[in-house]
Amino acid sequence: MTKGLGNGILSGATGLLCLFLIMPTLIVAPISFTQTDFITFPPRGFSGRWYEAFFERPEWYGSLITSTMVAVVTTLLATLLGSMIALGLARLPRRANRLVSFFFLLPMIVPTIITAAALYSPFAKLGLVATVPGLVLAHTILALPFVVINVSAVAQSMDWRMVNAARSLGATPLVAFLRVTLPVLAPGIAAGAIFAFLTSFDEVVVALFVSGSGATTLPVQMWSGIRFEISPIVAAASCLLLVVSCLLLALFWFLKRK
Amino acid sequence: MTGAAVQISHLSKRYSDFVAVDDVSLDVAPGEFVTLLGLSGSGKTTTLMAVAGFVDLDAGRIAIDGRDIAGLPPEKRDLGVVFQNYALFPHLNVFENVAFPLRMRKWTQPAIEKAIGRVLDIVSLGHLATRRIAELSGGQQQRVALARALVFEPPVLLMDEPLGALDRSLRDQLQTEIKRIQRDLGVTVLYVTHDQEEALALSDRIAVMAEGKICQLATPDEIYENPASAFVAGFVGESNFIDVTMRGQDGPLATVAPTGIPGALFTATTSRAAAPAQAQAVMAIRPEALRLAALQDTPPCNAIPGRVALREFMGATVRLTIDTELGPMIVRDGRVSEAARFKAGDTVRLSWNERDALLFPPR
Ligand SMILES: Nc1ncnc2c1ncn2[C@@H]1O[C@H](COP(=O)(O)OP(=O)(O)O)[C@@H](O)[C@H]1O
Ligand SMILES: [Mg+2]
Repeated sequence: MTKGLGNGILSGATGLLCLFLIMPTLIVAPISFTQTDFITFPPRGFSGRWYEAFFERPEWYGSLITSTMVAVVTTLLATLLGSMIALGLARLPRRANRLVSFFFLLPMIVPTIITAAALYSPFAKLGLVATVPGLVLAHTILALPFVVINVSAVAQSMDWRMVNAARSLGATPLVAFLRVTLPVLAPGIAAGAIFAFLTSFDEVVVALFVSGSGATTLPVQMWSGIRFEISPIVAAASCLLLVVSCLLLALFWFLKRK
Repeated sequence: MTGAAVQISHLSKRYSDFVAVDDVSLDVAPGEFVTLLGLSGSGKTTTLMAVAGFVDLDAGRIAIDGRDIAGLPPEKRDLGVVFQNYALFPHLNVFENVAFPLRMRKWTQPAIEKAIGRVLDIVSLGHLATRRIAELSGGQQQRVALARALVFEPPVLLMDEPLGALDRSLRDQLQTEIKRIQRDLGVTVLYVTHDQEEALALSDRIAVMAEGKICQLATPDEIYENPASAFVAGFVGESNFIDVTMRGQDGPLATVAPTGIPGALFTATTSRAAAPAQAQAVMAIRPEALRLAALQDTPPCNAIPGRVALREFMGATVRLTIDTELGPMIVRDGRVSEAARFKAGDTVRLSWNERDALLFPPR
């Protein structure tokens, strides 16, 4: 009886927590379909005019293109570097491994605002502010730890004798890497890449510093959108961001199950 | 497929100031089954991996059929290797795991299929070709590893504790199978284990290793009957050890005084391999060489009284622990022997033949 009651309270609390977590989504999605010219809740009417507006106004769809470009290049860079770092770490003795990993995880621990402020002046001197390469560099720093963590997790549980086995069976070091090491690490690399993409795609703090008229990312555009024109176009942009994130997370779970 | 000769001469490997392999020499004849037997850390894996090409040697030469392979990378050595814990490829199924060496050698698909059909039959896995590695039992994984190492018909097979992770009955079964496959194919095998029963059952010859050195290289019978040292006598099979002082010597026979019983004298045989040089020696007697009798019988010369402390029924044999003035002594005899009739608490007399008491330098 008490057990049933306890379970009931637990279920109720869990339900409330879930509701709390999903609330922003529940609010923003309907708002984006409003017919009104300003943000209202509950929304009135139903129309796709704010999505149309999003894809008609260059500052909005342009920022989506910039964000995508930055996220894709960041993902490639961070995945390549992060995987190489994780492979190197896996071969270090345990204590050295712990120490060196700490350095590669620092960008995740250091508050983003500090990274952003620290990057600003050297980037300004190098002419990297308000450029896509500048954003890519900054985001690669932030995304790197996620790749290192995900690839390390697989690399450290991998039986490295497999590589020797491949060699003994006739594979050169390169072939052994391509045919054995890489496929075995692939799930970790894919997970790392997905997190790297998401890290860059919805990053706003560093982007606020490094963005500019030449290169503005979608989150930064949304930030100024909220401040200067409280139009439901921001809600539409949020939903687009949300859809991309959800699709990538779904991809992650799918890869993980396989 | 016929086996090749393996010549290992004066192999040495040190890790910083620790000597892992110390001047190891070993000649394996074509088609021979030789086992490196030793405790964990004795340098077995390092020696085997040096032959496979994964250890940079500090000194020594390794030759296959007279050809020096020291400079060849592992992929050029053409040796079958079964690794500890198998090292199968988890992203490939059974067929593709076994096909790996053939694909590396650019075999055609029909040739690959034919070879794999044959080798999977040899290891009785024909029905599991499309299984994923994670879906196999330990014994099945072991068979896949064996098939993968054999499918390209290497003249030499190197195996590192291939049965270490399996339970006893499966081990016995696979042990028989490995021996049968090796006989049928005629492949030379260099095998590593820490399990002396496994080594005794499988090998044509055994190299007993300790601290990076080979301390005896001989047939299983020879090692069991004439161990080269007290260490080998204790490591390969069981032995009872008695500390003694040498009193006199007459050819191979010696008169010794046990340290534990003042005034007593025994006769024993100085071991052929290593006669004790000093006055102090250790006498080793196999548990099955000790005879048990009731105490009141007339005493023969090599005998001591004792009391049965423990009687363990092992199935075919019975193992008794006898408390004596020389410490606990282990006796092993057949299930229906005289010794098997004694129970815990009985007073008994232990005796042995001087031929079965071997003298070694102290450990
Ligand atoms: N890469 C290495 N670095 C340092 N020491 C090692 C290395 N490989 C092996 N050793 C040491 O060498 C000794 C022999 O190892 P190994 O050949 O694996 O022994 P076994 O296979 O008989 O258990 C062990 O004490 C081990 O700690
Ligand atoms: Mg070993």
